[in-house]
Amino acid sequence: MASSGLELLWVSAPQLATGIGRTLGISALAIVFSSVGGLIYGVLRNLGIRWLDLILLVYLELFRAIPVLVWLYLFFFGLPIFFGWSIQGFWCAVLVLSLWGASEAGEVVRGALRSLPRGQREAGLAIGLDLPRLYGKVLLPQALRRMTAPMINVFTRLIKTSSLAVLIGVVDVIKIGQQIIERTYESVLIYGFLFVFFFLACYPLSAASRVLERRWNHS
Amino acid sequence: MSALIELAGFSKNFGSSLVLQDIDLKVREGEVVVILGPSGCGKSTLLRCLNGLELGHAGTYRFAGRELPANTDWRLVRQQIGMVFQSYHLFPHMSVLDNILLGPLSVQKRPLQQARAQAETLLARVGLLDKRDAYPRELSGGQQQRIAIVRALCMNPKVMLFDEVTAALDPEMVKEVLEVILDLTRSGMTLLIVTHEMAFARAVADRILFMDGGRIAEQSAPETFFSSPQTARAQQFLEKFSYVENLPKRNAS
Repeated sequence: MASSGLELLWVSAPQLATGIGRTLGISALAIVFSSVGGLIYGVLRNLGIRWLDLILLVYLELFRAIPVLVWLYLFFFGLPIFFGWSIQGFWCAVLVLSLWGASEAGEVVRGALRSLPRGQREAGLAIGLDLPRLYGKVLLPQALRRMTAPMINVFTRLIKTSSLAVLIGVVDVIKIGQQIIERTYESVLIYGFLFVFFFLACYPLSAASRVLERRWNHS
Repeated sequence: MSALIELAGFSKNFGSSLVLQDIDLKVREGEVVVILGPSGCGKSTLLRCLNGLELGHAGTYRFAGRELPANTDWRLVRQQIGMVFQSYHLFPHMSVLDNILLGPLSVQKRPLQQARAQAETLLARVGLLDKRDAYPRELSGGQQQRIAIVRALCMNPKVMLFDEVTAALDPEMVKEVLEVILDLTRSGMTLLIVTHEMAFARAVADRILFMDGGRIAEQSAPETFFSSPQTARAQQFLEKFSYVENLPKRNAS
């Protein structure tokens, strides 16, 4: 059993690898876009421009209130119907996860910026910094330390939520696993493998956040 | 001498409350003006309006001979006005030298060698050259405040604004900061100082500005102000400060 189990994983390795590639690809792209989008969102919310706040708040509440799955369907089936744009499942998943992740990451960035003492902003302005330099050199470097842990939390949720892409036809690692199970009935082995895989994908991130937090607390 | 700062009919409100009403003020180059007054009288707001951290609603503000319009590029003005805050507000993620050089390098685009040399001269002047590579958290309050003064000075401003810069300090550290300011008054720098250190105000001011309820209630030479204040409000204010001094001694026979 044990040898046949390992044998099965070995034989399925190429197939699993394509699934792993898709899952990690969607996750990594969504993490990158979410970070960039979240940074922009957080800074824009921090500027205190009322009409802009309103627009961003609508965006935030929509992505907070409506399940990611519904957004996936809406984009995957809606874009072709309403705009005539057909979109591949993979890119649709990246797009929706990025938009969702950016709203989550954006609130993290906004909260971290808000938690800085008001005097930091004023001291920066008082020496004549413009807004890009004020944020780039004074506020964001300080906020970064405060947002590491909640940001990593957003990233791991993105990795896990990427599995919803199955439902718009993306053959990710979970779908591959299910296909193997249908063929071989080795559900314990395959789900065990998926368990280990997701753990290995997420754990380094939380470990890294702990290391960073510790280092910054000491310095 | 020409007026460096000139406010006429300057007013500011937060919502419906008037924090500055009809302020007329001229500050000449090289003058040391100390602003006194009870909490909430608008003295800090007045300073913050001078470098655009707060915006006025009415009246005119001329700086160095030019009237500042509503759409002023405050970044240009701020480079000529140094400001020091009550709680120092050094940038905690930067070393002392980086704190001081941020403005000269990234705003004024000065060459590193020259800005660094000036920063080190100024640090030596406040007795903190050996702390140039330290981080703010490693310094005492008095040291941080002296660094904050250097940070403002290194921009070569025409005027320095001090907003209750000793109010957050232990009594022992007040002296080291006041000495730096005293040194500045001797160098001919234009200074506007908001403080509760009465004896210091008396010693360094060319002119005392007493504010109450968002207005300038009284302007006079320090000797006049402290020995014979013109307004009842100023008398009351000064009595509060002499209250402790005049308490009867417990063991007095």
